Amino acid sequence: MKLSRTLQIASSPHVSSGASVDHIMYHVVLALLPVVGFAVYAFGLAAALVIFTATASCVATEHFLNRLNRRETPVSDWSVTITGILYGLTLPPALPLWMVVIGGVFGVGIGKYLFGGLAYNAFNPALVGRAFLQAAFPQAMTHWSEAFSPGRFTDLPSSTLTIPMAEPVYDAVTSATPLAVMKFQNATTGVPELAFGLTSGSVGETCAALILAGGAYLALRNMLNWRIPVSILATVAGLSFLMNLIAPGEYASPVFMLFSGGLMLGAVFMATDMVASPITNAGCWLYGLLIGALVVVIRYWGGMPEGVMYAILLANAVSPHIDRLIQPTVFGTRPENGEKKDEQEGTA
Amino acid sequence: MLDNFRRSTFRHGIHPEEHKDDTRDLAIRRFPFAPTLLVPLSQHLGKPAKVVVREGQEVSRGQTIAEADGFISVAMHAPASGVIRKIGRVPSISGDLVPGVYLEPYPASTQEVADGEPCRLETATPDDIISAIQRAGIVGLGGAAFPTHAKLKIPEGKSLDTVIINGVECEPYLTTDHRVMLEQTDDVFMGLRYLMKATGAGRGIIAVEANKLDAVETLRKACPADLPITVEVLQVKYPQGAEKMVIKALLDREIPSGGLPLDVHAICVNVATTAEIGRLLPHGQGIQERVVTIGGPGIVKKGNYRIPIGTPVRFALEQVGVTDDMTRVFLGGPMMGPAVSSLDVPLTKGTSGITAVTRAETGAHGERRIYPCIRCARCVDACPMYLNPSQMGILAKNECYTEMAEEFHLMDCFECGSCSFVCPSHIPLVQYFRLAKRMLRKTARPA
Ligand code: SF4
Ligand code: SF4
Repeated sequence: MKLSRTLQIASSPHVSSGASVDHIMYHVVLALLPVVGFAVYAFGLAAALVIFTATASCVATEHFLNRLNRRETPVSDWSVTITGILYGLTLPPALPLWMVVIGGVFGVGIGKYLFGGLAYNAFNPALVGRAFLQAAFPQAMTHWSEAFSPGRFTDLPSSTLTIPMAEPVYDAVTSATPLAVMKFQNATTGVPELAFGLTSGSVGETCAALILAGGAYLALRNMLNWRIPVSILATVAGLSFLMNLIAPGEYASPVFMLFSGGLMLGAVFMATDMVASPITNAGCWLYGLLIGALVVVIRYWGGMPEGVMYAILLANAVSPHIDRLIQPTVFGTRPENGEKKDEQEGTA
Repeated sequence: MLDNFRRSTFRHGIHPEEHKDDTRDLAIRRFPFAPTLLVPLSQHLGKPAKVVVREGQEVSRGQTIAEADGFISVAMHAPASGVIRKIGRVPSISGDLVPGVYLEPYPASTQEVADGEPCRLETATPDDIISAIQRAGIVGLGGAAFPTHAKLKIPEGKSLDTVIINGVECEPYLTTDHRVMLEQTDDVFMGLRYLMKATGAGRGIIAVEANKLDAVETLRKACPADLPITVEVLQVKYPQGAEKMVIKALLDREIPSGGLPLDVHAICVNVATTAEIGRLLPHGQGIQERVVTIGGPGIVKKGNYRIPIGTPVRFALEQVGVTDDMTRVFLGGPMMGPAVSSLDVPLTKGTSGITAVTRAETGAHGERRIYPCIRCARCVDACPMYLNPSQMGILAKNECYTEMAEEFHLMDCFECGSCSFVCPSHIPLVQYFRLAKRMLRKTARPA
C-alpha cells in the first residue's frame, strides 16, 4: 500500500515552551489577589468598592473601545484586569466612586488605547489613570481614612457615594499617611506597622509583606524581572542611608523609606510592567536605579510627600532610551576576541 | 539534576523536552533498499558533484558515481548495486527540483561494498588524508553537511590546538550520535586518529551531553592510552550541540562574529562523521548510508536505522509504519528540522532523523494566537548568540531588514529557534529571521 497523507507544512521549531501571554497575565492577577484581600480587610467595604469599580471601569473601557473599532476583545488576556486592580490599589480608600471611574477610563483610554493597546503602552496605564486623578482632584486624592476602623465592614465613608461633580463630604475619621506625617510633622511610624500594613494609605499599598510575597511568586515563575524591584529598593535604601549619615535625624530612615507609601507596590508590580521597562537585564538595573533615585529626591526635597508614581512614569518615558543605549553584547563581538585575533596576526 | 548545573555549558539556551527515551536503547538496524534511490548531486554545502556515470550504466555499491567539483565539494557513491535509470532532477526538501541521479537497485543487491584504494593511517600524509576524506564523500553528518575535509585544511597563518568531536546531540528525539558512540566506539577513535594526523592538533576532546552517560563511560573505557584525548560531559541544554556553543563550553573561547572555529584554534567535527572517517578510510570506501533516528509519536516502529542515501522518506516511513493521526513530518529534530512537503523527498547525508508527530503535538502549536511583543525578554534570555530577537522581530515585521543586519547582528543568528520556542506571544521569530536573511541575499545578489 502506498503511503499518502496530507502533510502540515510549518517551519521549525515544531515545539514550544507552552508559555503564553494570557497565562503570564493570569498569574499576575493571582499574585495580586492576597494584596486585594488585605486591602479589603484593612479598609473594609470602601476598599472593596474602589477596587471593584476601578477594575470594572478599566475592563469596560477597553471593551467599549475595541467594540468601537471592531477589534477582537482581548479582555481574555487579563492585562486590562491587572491594570484595573493595580489602579484600584493605588487609590485612597474613601475616594468617591465617580472619580474612580473617570481615572479608569482615562488610564485605559489614553494611557493604553491611544498608544495602540496591549504591548504598545509607553506608560503603565494604571499610573496614567492615577496621575490624572492626582492632577484633577488633588484634595480627594490626598484624603486618607484610618485603617482598621471599627465600622469598616458595615458603613461606607460618606464620600464614597458622592454624586458626580459634587464636592465630596468627609467623615471625621481621617488620618494622615506615615509619609505625610513624616514630611509635615517629622515623626516616624514604627517598622512593624509599616511592613504589615497597619497604617493608613492607599487601598493596597500598605502591606509590604504580601506585596513582596506576590513579587517573589512571579519572579520564581520568570514572569517578573526581579532586578527591577531589587534595584529600586537598593537605591532607595542606599541613598537614604547616605543622607542619614550626612545629616542624621533630618531625613527619614532607610527602613522607613522602604516600607512607607507606595514604594513596595510600585517597585514590585508597577515598575515591572514589561512593556514599559527596558528589555535587557543591565537596562533593568539602570531603570531601577533611576526610579529609586527619583523617589528619594521627590520625597526628601519635593513638595509632595510621595513620589513613586511620578518616578515610575518618568522612568517609563526614559525606558526606550535605555534600550537604545544598552543592547546585549553579541556573542563573539567582545573586545577580548579582538585581542586574540591580533595576537594571531602578530604571530603570522 | 543539580549535577547537571555544575557541568560546563554556554550562557542562555533553553530546555525543551528531550523525547529520547523511546529510541536511545535501540541498537542500530539495517534497512532494505527502496525500489528507486534518488541521489541528489548536492547533498553538501558548496558546489554539486560532477556525474561520472551514464544513464543505463551498471554500478556496484560503493562505486563513485560523481566526483568532487573543486575544493568545497565532495564525491557521491552508489548506495546500492544496480542500474542508473536517469540523470536529471530529483525532489528536495526545499521544494525545488535539484540535479540528481535515479538508481534502481538489483533485487538481489547485497549490503556488500566494493573496496577502493585504502588510506593507511601509518603512511598517509595530512594531505593524503584530506583528499581521501573528500573522495569518501564525507560531510558533516550532524545536519550542516559542510564538507569535512575543507575544515581540516589549515590556511597559512592560522593555527590549531584542539580537535573537538561533537557528540552532544541536543535536538530532541534524535539518538543517532548516541548509538554511534555506543556501537562504533572504535570507529570514532580511528576517525579521531585520522583527524589529528591531518591537522596536527595537539589534543582531542569528545564532548557528550550529560544525558548520555553510558556513552561517556563506553568511550572512556575504550579510549586508547596513546592518544591525548579526553571525554568531557556537558550540561543538557539546547543548543549545546551548535559548534560555537560546544567550543564556548569546552574551551571558553568565543568564535568572533562572522569567524570560524579556526579563529579560536579549534575545529569541531560531528561524532558520526568521525566514525564514518574511521570506518571508511581504511577500506577506501565512500558514504553509501547513514544512521537515522526515525521517531516521534507518529511512528510505529521507532528506532535507529542505517539507511541507504537516496531512500525516499515515503519508503522509510512505509517500513516503520505511521499512526493514523500522523500530521507532520520533519527531517532532523523539532527545533531546526525542516518539514517535508512531499514524501518523495530522499534522505541525504545531512539527514540525522525523520520525526513524525501527530495533531496532539502540533494542533495547539499551529493554531495559537499571536500577540504583539510584550517585551518579556524571554527571547533575549534564551538566545545563545546574545541577540535581541524581540527588537529584530519588530523590525522584521516592518521589513527593516538592513537595519536588522547592520545594527542587530541578524547574520549572527544561526536559526536555532530558541527565541520562537520561548515566546509567550507566539511570535514566529526565527521564521521572520530566515525570511529576512533570504530577502537580504536576494537584494545583495544583483549588485
Ligand atoms: S534563532 Fe537566532 S535569534 Fe533566535 S535564539 Fe537562535 S540564534 Fe538567537
Ligand atoms: S519572547 Fe516574544 S514577547 Fe517576549 S520579548 Fe521576545 S518577542 Fe517579545
